[in-house]
Amino acid sequence: MSTSYVTEKGPFVSLLTGLPGGGKAFMGILLAAAVFIVVGNQIIPEDNFFHVPTYMVSLLGKYLCYALLALSVDLIWGFCGILSLGHGAFFALGGYVMGMYLMRQIGDRGVYGNPELPDFMVFLNWQELPWYWFGFESFAFTGLMIMLVPGLLAFIFGWFAFRSRVTGVYFSIITQAMTYALLLAFFRNDMGFGGNNGLTDFKEIIGFDLRSDGTRLGLFVGSVIALAVGYLVSSFITQSKFGRILIAIRDAESRTRFTGYRVEYYKLTVFVISAVLAGIAGSLYVPQVGIINPSEFSPANSIEVVIWVAIGGRGTLWGAVLGAILVNWGKSYFTGALPEAWLYMLGGLFVFSTLALPKGIVGTFPIFYDTIRRKLGRRADDLSNVKEGDA
Amino acid sequence: MDMSIQNKAVDPASSILYLDGVSVSFDGFKALNELSFVVQPGEMRAIIGPNGAGKTTMMDVITGKTRPDEGEVYFRDATDLTRLDEARIANLGIGRKFQKPTVFESHSVYDNLELSLKCDKGPFKSLFSRLRTEQHARIVEILETIRLYDKRDWLAGNLSHGQKQWLEIGMLLMQDPELLLVDEPVAGMTDAETVQTADLLRLIAKSHSVVVVEHDMDFVRSLDCKVTVLHEGHVLAEGSLETVASNPQVIEVYLGR
Amino acid sequence: MYFLRTALIFGLLFVFAEAGQLVHAETLQDLTQALSVKNYTKKAAVVEKLAATGEVQANTILSALMDGALFTRKSDGKIVLGTKIKKNYLLVDPVDGTELGEVQKSALKKVRINNKVRIAIRAGIGRLELTSADPEKRISAAAAIFKSEAPAMLPVLRALVKSEKNADVKPALIRSVAALELLYGDNHDVQMFAVADLKAAGGPEVKALLNKVLINLQLNEPAQNSELAAAIRSAIAAIETQLETYGLIENLFQGVSLASVLLLAAIGLAVTFGVMGVINMAHGEMVMIGAYTTYIIQETCRIYAPGFLDFSLIVAIPLAFVVAGTFGILLERSVIRFLYGRPLETLLATWGISLILQQLVRTIFGPTNKEVSTPEWLSGAWEITAGLSFTYNRIAIILFALVVLFFLMMVLKKTLFGLQMRAVTQNRMMAGSMGIRSARVDAMTFGLGSGVAGMAGVALSQIDNVSPNLGQAYIIDSFMVVVFGGVGNLWGTLVGAGSLGIANKFLEPYSGAVLAKIFVLVAIILFIQKRPRGLFALKGRSVEG
Repeated sequence: MSTSYVTEKGPFVSLLTGLPGGGKAFMGILLAAAVFIVVGNQIIPEDNFFHVPTYMVSLLGKYLCYALLALSVDLIWGFCGILSLGHGAFFALGGYVMGMYLMRQIGDRGVYGNPELPDFMVFLNWQELPWYWFGFESFAFTGLMIMLVPGLLAFIFGWFAFRSRVTGVYFSIITQAMTYALLLAFFRNDMGFGGNNGLTDFKEIIGFDLRSDGTRLGLFVGSVIALAVGYLVSSFITQSKFGRILIAIRDAESRTRFTGYRVEYYKLTVFVISAVLAGIAGSLYVPQVGIINPSEFSPANSIEVVIWVAIGGRGTLWGAVLGAILVNWGKSYFTGALPEAWLYMLGGLFVFSTLALPKGIVGTFPIFYDTIRRKLGRRADDLSNVKEGDA
Repeated sequence: MDMSIQNKAVDPASSILYLDGVSVSFDGFKALNELSFVVQPGEMRAIIGPNGAGKTTMMDVITGKTRPDEGEVYFRDATDLTRLDEARIANLGIGRKFQKPTVFESHSVYDNLELSLKCDKGPFKSLFSRLRTEQHARIVEILETIRLYDKRDWLAGNLSHGQKQWLEIGMLLMQDPELLLVDEPVAGMTDAETVQTADLLRLIAKSHSVVVVEHDMDFVRSLDCKVTVLHEGHVLAEGSLETVASNPQVIEVYLGR
Repeated sequence: MYFLRTALIFGLLFVFAEAGQLVHAETLQDLTQALSVKNYTKKAAVVEKLAATGEVQANTILSALMDGALFTRKSDGKIVLGTKIKKNYLLVDPVDGTELGEVQKSALKKVRINNKVRIAIRAGIGRLELTSADPEKRISAAAAIFKSEAPAMLPVLRALVKSEKNADVKPALIRSVAALELLYGDNHDVQMFAVADLKAAGGPEVKALLNKVLINLQLNEPAQNSELAAAIRSAIAAIETQLETYGLIENLFQGVSLASVLLLAAIGLAVTFGVMGVINMAHGEMVMIGAYTTYIIQETCRIYAPGFLDFSLIVAIPLAFVVAGTFGILLERSVIRFLYGRPLETLLATWGISLILQQLVRTIFGPTNKEVSTPEWLSGAWEITAGLSFTYNRIAIILFALVVLFFLMMVLKKTLFGLQMRAVTQNRMMAGSMGIRSARVDAMTFGLGSGVAGMAGVALSQIDNVSPNLGQAYIIDSFMVVVFGGVGNLWGTLVGAGSLGIANKFLEPYSGAVLAKIFVLVAIILFIQKRPRGLFALKGRSVEG
């Protein structure tokens, strides 16, 4: 996990070059897959074997959003040991923010043709737009809110929780209660978010028709970029001293405290960053699936994310990504092929991964450790060089 | 009696650690009962006492983990420790070693020391912090002091019990504290390790104030310092090991058993 | 009006005059025949006269008229009682019951009734039941008259009030008399007394009646009846105060009832989470298993011992304990024991188990709700006064929750197993060296917690849908209760369940059910952050470790 001892390079220069072997491989695979899919969708003709149909592009885009969500959970659980059962809520909040923008883009093309109010408000006999819906006609404002809303909730929640030293399962349980409370709240019609039905019937995003193949491909590319940036940010965080302190907190919280670190600030910082990543994932997810409704807040969703990370390998960034994609691919496949069996399999995955695969796929198969070990060996040489230089 | 020694010693003008009338109770059980004692700057002090005498609770109070129900705790005569949290107290210059060695097991020995380095410990500083050459040199120096230079790239979790104890002491040294609180440093160590640890502590005591809590009488004797005997949450006796060892009360509650 | 009243008083006299049997029979026959009259107002009058005879047979005739079983025989115009047998109708004389043969439908013409007649019939049947031997029937008859507001009943009721001995029936009669006197009386003093009587009776129905009378008074003769209006107003105010008090009591009861449900759901968790420190997310499914066990036993009873059906619930309690307990022990032995000391992993693994158990139940029993019926001895309500009643099944659940709590406390405090359990949780190594087989104690403890959850399932089957999702609905609430109350303390669980239940029900009238739940959740989230170890936390130096 450790970086080189002494670096003269600035922090940002080492962002890409400093990626560990696994990270570089990950970026390569992600990029190659993205190019393959874009080419497969746009250039290769439909009757060719390598053609990638648009529905598949959207499906993969959805997986990438899940992967970013998994990354955010891994950042706090895998590295800092905080098990949040409320990340589905941050994801859904990001989604709702995007949904509000998309609702405002419908304009007077809704069923009721009201230029100002979304259909569900007209249906509820509302006369004017609630104040919290203002500003969402602007994409820039929406972009800001996508990060701000989940980030702010995480900040307030984390501020109270971490300062009072709510830890371990207690934290997990209250995050679950938080998402449950939000679930109940968003089901209410008078919250002004479409109640039970949520937000849907979107038409276009920044002027592009959401149903056109081009827009869908664009959203996929957007998801690739978001995941890549999210990965770089997470990688930067975990490679930094900050990241090593997170691991220190995970392994020996009171030692970290007695070493002089304000553990609550570290937890708060990483919790907020992680919530923002989850929010971004949600905001990209919504235009690709075309709907956001309160069921996204259901506690079961949040806990499922945790199992993606556990399966892939917590504490390794690309384990989280791998887990999210694998489990969701399995879900898509089995809910189609053997719908009865899927819940057994999902339940079994929870049990299996905790009992038999505590380190996940990435942590269990030693190939991935070799790169790290080689890197460690090289670093020992670096150290002796530095020593000689000093002497 | 021996209580008089304690009273004479109370001279807050020149203390590094000053406890007066500290009481802590857990569900009716008085873990500390009007505990008062003073540590001079540069002093090494051994604290002994039977199980449940309040030694660990005393450490918890000094390091901010437990708030006392009443009483005063001052650091360098000026800072009221009862109002601060663990991290603030640590950054003030009080280091604590736990009874059970606690190191960051998934980090290398080197990283353990680096994380303990005295520096700005805010989250944003850490996010962009890079190690400077003189800091590296300091880490290497400590690595050599605690005899773990060869194992600097080992994961701390793979060290032996005694090596973990040393690493933890090394981590305290990295913080460059004025006062070190050391809880049972030789518990579970081999004889050779015990001797080496005593050497290490004496070395440290040359430049730091040290409070050692210990059960092992031979070890305390080898430290050759003033001894405070705790019993049921208050000071029973204080003085050299010979003086307290001949105190009939001490013999009755502790040594006699 | 006067004529009618006189006639009715005469009718009433007949009721008590045993001598006039023959006359009655004729009268009954004539009155029945008179039902063929076309004019509905007249028909209603005939109904009232029929009721006034007080004959048992009159009840049958009126019921038949209500049900559309009275016909006019086209051949001779006689009123007959017809029962459909296949395509034909079997005719019977409604008065003496002699058979009159079968005819086709075309030979009959139904005696038609309208709402006015219906009201008269209801009042009439009520009036006939007023003299029934069963006090319950007399009370409900009095209440029916109160509702029908039929003035014709007044003299009858007045007479009956005097002769009524039963302390439960008498107030009901007085209430009806007072209502009729107020509505139709022309004597000011009588009306004033009536208002006083109604005020004493209280209840939402009386309040509605008083309001109605008040509005009429103000519309018709505001000046003359100012004293009466004032009396009515003060009576309404008094009843409102009383109803508010009842509302409060009702709310409290609802709160206690919800609290008992929460307590039942959480109490098993207090053992597994509180005592053992195991986060069992499949706890809700143990409750569900208990509920399905109840269902299976009920269905088995239905097939093999239908007479025993009412008591299947009693049998279900120990069986649900055993079944859920067995599941718990299996779960502990196969999964949880490998995860001790890793609470977050335990949480995830048991969540997986909960998914599997839900799906298992879905596969076996289907995804739809199963009906667990309420036995006879638990249905109905305990009516304390007008406007205040508690249903028996809720009361039973409250008592059951307390019994289970008591039972669990006894097990923990007074039995050897409880002692071993506490020993193992406090110091596993030490307990082991004292010869306690800690693995066995772990399994049994987990079984105990799960078994108690199963018993909760029996109770919940009475008030909730028995479906695969039953457990999910309770898991978050249960954790909230245990965490709020303080881990490792059964009293804390009781107080936690009590305060959450009551807080929820007291918020509901102001904010609605959903918002109340959100408020309570947010309050707990804030509370936990103030006191992370709950209300009754054990303070100690080793809590964080």
